[in-house]
Amino acid sequence: MTQSKLTEKVPTSNSEPAYSGATARTDNWWVEPLLVAIVFTAFGIYATYRAFENQYYEFGPYLSPFYSPNMKEFFPDLPFSAALLILPFPLAFRATCYYYRKAYYRSYFAHPPGCAVTWFKRKGYTGEFDFPFNLQNLHRYAFYFAVPIVLILWYDALKTLWYDGGLHLSVLTLVMLANCALLSGYTFGCHACRHLVGGHLDSFSCPENKHSYKKWQRVTALNEKHQEWAWTSLISVAITDIYIRMACTNPSLAFQLF
Amino acid sequence: MPEASTRTATLKVYRGDREKGEFKTYKVPVEAGMVVLDAIHYIQQNFDPELAVRWNCKAAKCGSCSGEVNGMPSLMCKTRMDKFRPDEEIMVQPIKTFPIIKDLVTDVSWNYEVNKRITPFTPAEDANWTFYQEDIDRVQEFRKCIECFLCQNVCHVLRDHDRKDTFMGPRFMVRTAGLEMHPLDEADRLKFLKEEGHIGYCNITKCCTEVCPEDIHITDNAIIPLKERVVDEFYDPIGKFIRGVLGVDKKKAKK
Repeated sequence: MTQSKLTEKVPTSNSEPAYSGATARTDNWWVEPLLVAIVFTAFGIYATYRAFENQYYEFGPYLSPFYSPNMKEFFPDLPFSAALLILPFPLAFRATCYYYRKAYYRSYFAHPPGCAVTWFKRKGYTGEFDFPFNLQNLHRYAFYFAVPIVLILWYDALKTLWYDGGLHLSVLTLVMLANCALLSGYTFGCHACRHLVGGHLDSFSCPENKHSYKKWQRVTALNEKHQEWAWTSLISVAITDIYIRMACTNPSLAFQLF
Repeated sequence: MPEASTRTATLKVYRGDREKGEFKTYKVPVEAGMVVLDAIHYIQQNFDPELAVRWNCKAAKCGSCSGEVNGMPSLMCKTRMDKFRPDEEIMVQPIKTFPIIKDLVTDVSWNYEVNKRITPFTPAEDANWTFYQEDIDRVQEFRKCIECFLCQNVCHVLRDHDRKDTFMGPRFMVRTAGLEMHPLDEADRLKFLKEEGHIGYCNITKCCTEVCPEDIHITDNAIIPLKERVVDEFYDPIGKFIRGVLGVDKKKAKK
């Protein structure tokens, strides 16, 4: 695509003798991207394994978030793991998330690996302007699919409170509810949501926009901790699934309180 | 009476221009409350009056003394000497992204050329100038910018990939956000943002936010909301179709 020139004179960055090497930083800037890469990779391996395992995801009223909604109810003869139909949606939501973009561009693409750290120089760099990275602009569509998934997970968690004609509570139910709360904080604090509920407006004071302003303020309050919601919800999904998998093989681990 | 200094810091300061230069080492006594700019002034006064440094307020408000201290883009007047270990050598460089004129002074005039490309504030002729706090909260944050250009310096698109030919950089996305979100502004800068300022080059790695001495949430409050507005206009066919069917006028919908 032809790109118009922004200015007539185009200065270039300084190099030697004032600058040499990747960076002059003396702090441990590499720790954060390394930790991010380790955790992402570990989660990716585990999620892939669980998606293909196709068992130990349901017992009694409990259903793993990797397999929710329970597609086997709708397609009992599905020849492959139902998780493969479900996981692309949360994956798309997280892959296009504005926080995760920062995390994986730094940790996996090293563009840049850290602030003021140069590993790659590329004159033709176009970031998220060209294909395939311009697909990041579809984040709001991923958000539209993520919302019903969160609502279904709330349904899954709440239905474990009432079954066999009575009220029950287990530690596993509490873990599932906590997972839903964290996923809700992450999903409804997303930048696309913030824009859609009111961020697109220029004026909050006119009477017809007052409600949008209140919604925008609430989403903004969540959005300010989007990174924290992103990490805690990612870890809680993994913990919930691991717990349900363990409880599938040993139901007493659900720790029924009543 | 102030106590006599008991500690000496070692500073390695870049001396030279863009093509030729070297790092010179200076020993500077450290006093309580001292910042890196004080140490640079000490060198000027005691060792080398020709050391060039741009500064003005020494209060982190003029944005003149941008540099790189131990590799981290920062205002020299806001970088305290007591944050360094006593045995730590402190390296002071000019900012990398803009051409060195002499020593720690760089030519940042490219930024002023980019600034001229942005459509200025354009109110309606019959604008009602009554303001409400909820309308101005968002844009007030952007007015804190002191134009130190540390965000432009650390942005890897400008610094590493040298896309100054097409990318406007975070500072000017902050300015554009302040105009686009202004309740009285009537101009539309979205096409400019996408096709000339190339907001799409930004990959949200947030270094601009990390180095901002005014703590402006550049990425979350300026760049991402602008990216979402560009999505509204150019990348969301369903949303655009629905707005078209409902007959929603874009400018009116924003008010």
